[in-house]
Parts: sequence; C-alpha cells; structure tokens
Amino acid sequence: MNVTILLLTLLVGAIATYLSGKKPAAKVALFFGLVAFVETIALICQHNAGTDAGYMTQWIANPNIHIALKADGLALALTLLTTALTPIIIFSSFGDHIEKSNTFYALVMFMCFAMTGTFLAADGFLYYIFWELSLLPIYFLALLWGNDTFEIRKNVIFKFFIYTFAGSLFMLLGFIYLYTKTGSFLLHDLYNAQLSSTEEYWVFLAFFLAYAIKIPIFPFHTWQASTYEKAPTVGTMLLAGIMLKMGLYSIIRWQLPITPSAAKEIMPTVIILALIGVVYGSIVALKQANIKRFFAYSSLAHVGLIAAGAYTLTLDGLKGAVLQMIAHGFVIVGLFYVGEIIYKRYQTRMIGEMGGIRQQAPKFASAFMILMFASIGLPGTFSFIGEFNLLFGLSQVNIWYAIVGGTTIIFGAFYMLRMFQKAMLGETNTIVFADLTTRESAILGILAIAIIFLGIYPKPIADLITPSLVEIVSYIK
Amino acid sequence: MNTLIAIGVLAVLVLIAEIINLRKLVIPMTIVGLLGILGYTVCHIDVEVSYYNNMFITKKFSNAFTSLFIALTIFLVALSKDFYQTQFSKIADYISLKLFLLMGAICMVCFGNMAMFFLGLEILSITLYILCGSDRTNIKSNEAAMKYFLLGSFASGIVLFGIALVYGATSSFDIAEIITITSQGTLPIWYSLGVVMIIVGMLFKIAAVPFHFWAPDVYQGAPTLTTAMMSTLVKVAAVATLYKLSFHLLRQMPEGYTTAIVVITILTMSVGNIIALRQDDMKRLLAYSGISHAGFMMMALTALSTSASNLFYYAAAYAVAGIGAFTVVLAVTKGKDNQLIQQFSGLGKRSPIMALVLSVSLLSMGGIPIFAGFFGKFFLFSQAVDNGFITLVIFGVINSFISIYYYLKVIVTMYTQNEVTEETQITVPLSYKVVGIAAVLINIIIGLCPSILLGLFK
Repeated sequence: MNVTILLLTLLVGAIATYLSGKKPAAKVALFFGLVAFVETIALICQHNAGTDAGYMTQWIANPNIHIALKADGLALALTLLTTALTPIIIFSSFGDHIEKSNTFYALVMFMCFAMTGTFLAADGFLYYIFWELSLLPIYFLALLWGNDTFEIRKNVIFKFFIYTFAGSLFMLLGFIYLYTKTGSFLLHDLYNAQLSSTEEYWVFLAFFLAYAIKIPIFPFHTWQASTYEKAPTVGTMLLAGIMLKMGLYSIIRWQLPITPSAAKEIMPTVIILALIGVVYGSIVALKQANIKRFFAYSSLAHVGLIAAGAYTLTLDGLKGAVLQMIAHGFVIVGLFYVGEIIYKRYQTRMIGEMGGIRQQAPKFASAFMILMFASIGLPGTFSFIGEFNLLFGLSQVNIWYAIVGGTTIIFGAFYMLRMFQKAMLGETNTIVFADLTTRESAILGILAIAIIFLGIYPKPIADLITPSLVEIVSYIK
Repeated sequence: MNTLIAIGVLAVLVLIAEIINLRKLVIPMTIVGLLGILGYTVCHIDVEVSYYNNMFITKKFSNAFTSLFIALTIFLVALSKDFYQTQFSKIADYISLKLFLLMGAICMVCFGNMAMFFLGLEILSITLYILCGSDRTNIKSNEAAMKYFLLGSFASGIVLFGIALVYGATSSFDIAEIITITSQGTLPIWYSLGVVMIIVGMLFKIAAVPFHFWAPDVYQGAPTLTTAMMSTLVKVAAVATLYKLSFHLLRQMPEGYTTAIVVITILTMSVGNIIALRQDDMKRLLAYSGISHAGFMMMALTALSTSASNLFYYAAAYAVAGIGAFTVVLAVTKGKDNQLIQQFSGLGKRSPIMALVLSVSLLSMGGIPIFAGFFGKFFLFSQAVDNGFITLVIFGVINSFISIYYYLKVIVTMYTQNEVTEETQITVPLSYKVVGIAAVLINIIIGLCPSILLGLFK
C-alpha cells in the first residue's frame, strides 16, 4: 500500500460527499475521513516495519515534473494530524443546520485532500499545486458559510486570500529559480542544489514570505484574527488546527535544507520576529473581548514560538516544533469547539457576556480546563513536551531567546486563566447552560485523551519523526 | 491548405443555405463541418508542406494554432444560435463572416510570404469591423465599429509601410529569401525601420500598451459575442503572428530591441491590470485583463527560439478561459443594455452552473493551480527565468496577484447572498451550458495533462 491510496480516498470522499445529496453528506464525509484515518495508521505501521510507502512517477517530461510523494516519519506525522483532526472536525458540526451541506462537506474533504498532499509532496511543483489548492476550499467555506453579514466578511476573507496568494507566488518564483539551477523539482535534487550565498539569500526570502504569511509570523499576521473570527467554526478549526502547520512544516521540509547557509545568516532576525509575535500575540490576546479572536491571538503566540524553534536549526528545536505543531493542532481545535459550544447555548462570542457556567455544566468545565491547561503547557500534557523541546532548542542558540520565548508560558497562563475565570466562573448565570451532549463529550473526550496520553507517552510520535529530522539536520549542517 | 479550402467551401455553403432558405441548418452544418476539419488538421499536424511558391506554409507551429483557431470558432458558432435569436434572418451572414475571419486568422499564422501575411491580416480585420458594427441600431456598436475601423486601418497602413521598407531592403516578399539575405551581410537602415513598423502595427492589433486605447471602447460597444471573438480568437491569432514575424525577421536587430520588448511587456501587463482594478463594467474588465494577458504572452518574445510551445499553451489556456467567461457574460446580460458587474450579483443562486463556469474561468486566468492558466504562466515564467529575465518575471508575479484582486471581486459578487426574485431570475439556454461546461472541462484537462499541448511541438 502506498500513499496515493490515501490521497485518492480523500479525493473520492470529496466527490462522493458532493454527489450524496444534502442529508447524508455529513455522514459520508465522516465515513471517508475515518477510512483515511485508518489508512494513515496502516501506513505508519508499514513505515515502522520498514517498508517505504512513497510514490514517484513522471508527470510532465519537459519541464521535468514528477508526481513524487515521500512518506517519511515527518510527513506521516503531519498526515496523521490532518486525517485525525478532519473526522473530529466533521463530527463536531453534526446536527448543525448547514445550507447546501453537501457542498460544504465536500469542500472540507477537498481541503483535507489538498493539505495531505502538501505534507506528502516531494516535488516542488506538485507541492506548490497542493499548497495553492488548499486555499480555494477554505476561501469558499469562509465566504459562503461564515459569520456576520456577507458584506462585512467578504472583505476579510478577500484580504486573507490575496495575502496568502501573494506570498505563495514568490515561493513559486523561488522554485522556478531553483529549477533553472538544478533542472529538477525533486526534493532530493533541490537539497543538493549548488547555490551561491546571494542566491540562497533571495530564495530563502521568497520562501519566507509565503510561510510567514501562512503561519503567520509578525508582522504578516494582520489577516489572521479577523479571518478566524469570520470563518465558520469548522473553517477556523481547519485553518488553525491544520492549515497553518503547512507553513511550519514547509520551513522544516523545504526552506531550511534548501537554503541552510542563508538560514544561518538570517537566523537572529527571523527568530526575533517570531518572538515579537509571541509577546505581541500574548499581550493583544489579553485585550480581546471576542472568544474566537482571543484564541486567534493565543494561537499567534504559540505558533510564533514554534517558528522560532524551527529556525534554531537544532535537532531539539526542530523536534520541539513538530511535536508542538501536533499538540497545538489538537488543543486549538478543542478550544474553538469549546467556543462554539458556548455560542450555541448563549448566542454570543463575547467573553464579557459569559460567566457562571461551571456550576451548571461541570463536565463541560472540566473538559475546558484540560484544554486550557494543555494550551498553557502544563506538565503532563502533550504541549509541555513540545514547548520544553522548543525552549531547549532556543537556549542552545542564545539563552535570551529561551527566556523571551518562555514568557509564552507565563503570559499564556495569565491570559488563559483570566479568560477562564471570566467565562466560566463567578455567580451562576441566569441563562440555563445545558451540560455536554453525548456527541460533544465524545469529541472533547477524544481530544483530551489524545492530549494527555501523548503528554505522558510521546514516544511513538517522537520515534516517528526523529529519523527524518536527523536527516534534515544533516543537510543543514 | 486543404483546411483553408475546406473552411472557404463551408462558408460558401452557409451562404447558399441562406439562399435556399435552410437557415435552421446553418449552425449544425457549420459545427459538424468544422469538427471534421479540426479532426483532419489535428491528424495532419506533423505535415510540413509549402504551397504556391512558398506563399502558404504549414508547419507544426501553424498547424497547432490553426487547430486552436478552429476549436475556438466551433465554440463561438455554437453560442451564435441563442445570441442572434432576434436577428435570426441574418444568421447565415454572421456565421459566414465568422468563417471568413477564421480563414484570415489561419492565413496569418501560415504565411510564407509577406503578401500572404497582409492578406490574412486584412481578411481578419475587415470581417471584424463588420461584426463590430453588426448591431446596427445600437449607437455604441456603431461607435465601436467606427473607432476600430479608423484605428485598425491606420495600423494596417503602418504594417504595409513596414512591409514596403523591408521589401526595399531585401527586394523580396518571401520569408525564406528575406532570412537568407538578412543573414548574409549588412542591411540598409530602413530594414530595421520596416521591421519596427510591422511590429508596431501588430502590437496595435494585440492591444499592447501604449497602443491599447481603442480596445476597451471597442470591446464594450461591440456585440458581446463579437467581443468574445476579439478577445479570444483574434487576440491569440495576432499574438501568434507577432511571434512568428519576430522569429523570422528579428535575426539582426540592435540589442536595444530586447530592452524595448521587455519594457513594453511590463507596461502591457501592468497598465492593463491596474486599470482593470477600477472597472465596473464586465466587458471593459475583461478587455483590460485581456490587455494584460497579451503582456504575459509577449513574454514568449524574449526567447524566440524555444518558447513556441509555451506560447501556444498559454494562448490555449487563456482562450478557453475567455470562452468560458464570455459564455457567462452572454447568459447573464441577455436582454440587458449594460454589462455591469452588479448584474452578476447572486449568480451563485440564480444559476450555480454559470457561476461555477465563471469562477473557474476567472481563477484560471488569475493563475490558480490545477487550472490551465496557472500552468501557462508557470511555463512562461520558467522560460523567462531560464533566459535571465528575472525582473520581467517579478513583474509578472506582481501582476498575477493584482489580477487575482479584481477576478475575486467578480467572484465575490456572484456569491452575494441575495434572494432570487422574479426580476433577477435567469434562464440559461442549453447551448450556453454546454459550451461553458465544455470550456471548464477542457481547462481542467489541459491543466492536468499539459503534455497534450506541449507535446505537439516535439
């Protein structure tokens, strides 16, 4: 079995969902999502047993373009994140009233297909196609099913699209330039490209623009909070849970090994930018009244730290980055879901209008608390492992980076607890808050178990990604 | 040559059908005939022959473009039935004019002699002047025809003057002989002058900046189906001819020429796009975006010896997307007296298929992957980077996302959540749906397998 089957499952899933009609669409999408998840597990087992699940064939002879899919530990780990979160995200929207639900879920499945492709592609051109392809479904999801009136959200979503599209075009330019140097788009050939230091510098910057916007790194983050706010919750979960990991993953997979010496040279600048994002995101989060914007800024702080860790070029930094990407994916999806649950009951996203929920809904409060502590990075949760590795990596470069980066934990604890206090504690709210339904408990339960289990026993993921990261570090050195 | 004769015969048959009152047969007969001719041309795409003392030469390049022109004409003819519903008595005239225009376009890419080139150019132009003014009671259509006729004949005059100067320098109209003479030794100054005049004339025809002022008015005023023809078939034909002329005539040009072409290319891309940002009329928007696409196609002129296949791919991708976009414009603005973007609002609900066709076409023009337009841009960009024109490519990239800005504006308008009322309800004729969906499918197919088109030039 190789990874093309996984991609085909997702693509067929998208088409089948569209054709299935409005009523069964969600179930069909969930079914294909689960099949994809099982396939990913099977692929990982196969990978651990030592069989290569990659795939390669020529697509276009001139220019020399391949359909190359590489299924090493790193790619599979991110694929697992995608295919594990997609069914959860789909399941979380069960029972919602969604207009034209077959189109909606088909777009979700298609986005999952494109993102999986991005993680697996080992040919720069194919990678770029998947990268751009993932932008179309989220654009339409946010535009057609988003919050607020159409007139307001269209401008926000518009900005998001233009912004990310502009960034990636420069990445394409970088790839074209590399192609003229090496005559190939294959990952392996690009790793071995002989570039002068000026060329590396420009290629690095071209890639950086695309990734910095996608992640986002300060000061390219302006699209983020409004887009998260206006997108439907399913879209926000896809964006924050998976899509921004495409940028972080690409730094490790493409940018650093192709332009190692430029990365070393520019390292202080980019780390400082990423750390500014950490501090800035934390401070702005404190001021947010809307819970979705609040999570958006907390997310900005967390991914800033991940990006900083990845740019340290140390094995620990990279490892921490990948672990934290996965941890953050689970946590942020859970948090946005919590926000959605409150919204369904109170019809508000304003933190100030909540409060006094805990007494009415103890199960909900506990689930929320686990997610909140995971977001802070409390020992025993998966995020702790990631953050620890990240800070350790940063301290190897410069102890001050680690200190500034470490403020995420302090700041994070502060703003998270404050938000929790405002939203959940206090006098019992006059409006009734029904406790979790079975479906909601199941989703939050799965997320909480995953976070705690991997926090105590992260070895399977760590073992999966380490060999690929060692290989990447060897290219950087 | 057989292709050309067959099309000529078909056009005459159309006129005969009019005489014996078989108007209903005109469109099916033309489509079937053109499909047959297309099949014949594609099967003989590798045949390289010259006819009548090198007057007319078929090569892979010209055969490939000929096939593209025929395919585009089939689409345009298929759209005619519903477009000319109110003037059905004149249908034979319109269809035969389209076929004559196709003949002109074919002569333009197959010429082996300057006389033949000019003949083709004039056949194409004159039929187009007539088609522009074919909505006789509409003052705008008259204005468009008059403007286009005056400026177009002026450009033709310049081309003719250029041809005369080249003849004066080489004492031949024959391309092969001109090439032999130019490669032998120094040439009088008026050779370069003549070539520049020919190129300028052609730049006018493709509406490159700064010769573009006629295009928006003419596009807006002309009947929409004619605008579709101008912005797809005619534009592509003119660019292919410009490429072919440059390829043959520019063997001994001063170095400054490359700079001039690069500057004109950048200007054409940028000016077209920037003005398009401010348009609220769909036809004008497509006109300006067409100007910038001409700029993209001109990138092929920087690498004359290797970029024929890339130019062909881009031209095909652009033309197919153009057909898709104009089909929707025809469907939406039927019976309306303007083509404001506002007309498209809520199209996602009023006619999901047409909204999809327009979205795909515009996204393809904007260069979003998996659609053919992206690959077209990619091939041209990589070609230019390969030849060291990085500045040009950076401008190309910047223009790509400027263009996405206004394409998305249209797409967003289409998906505005308005309720469908009696007034905004539209019924889309079957022929529009078929053409639109066919255009989308072709777009995606050549996007997934670019080798189908690129392979033609091996």
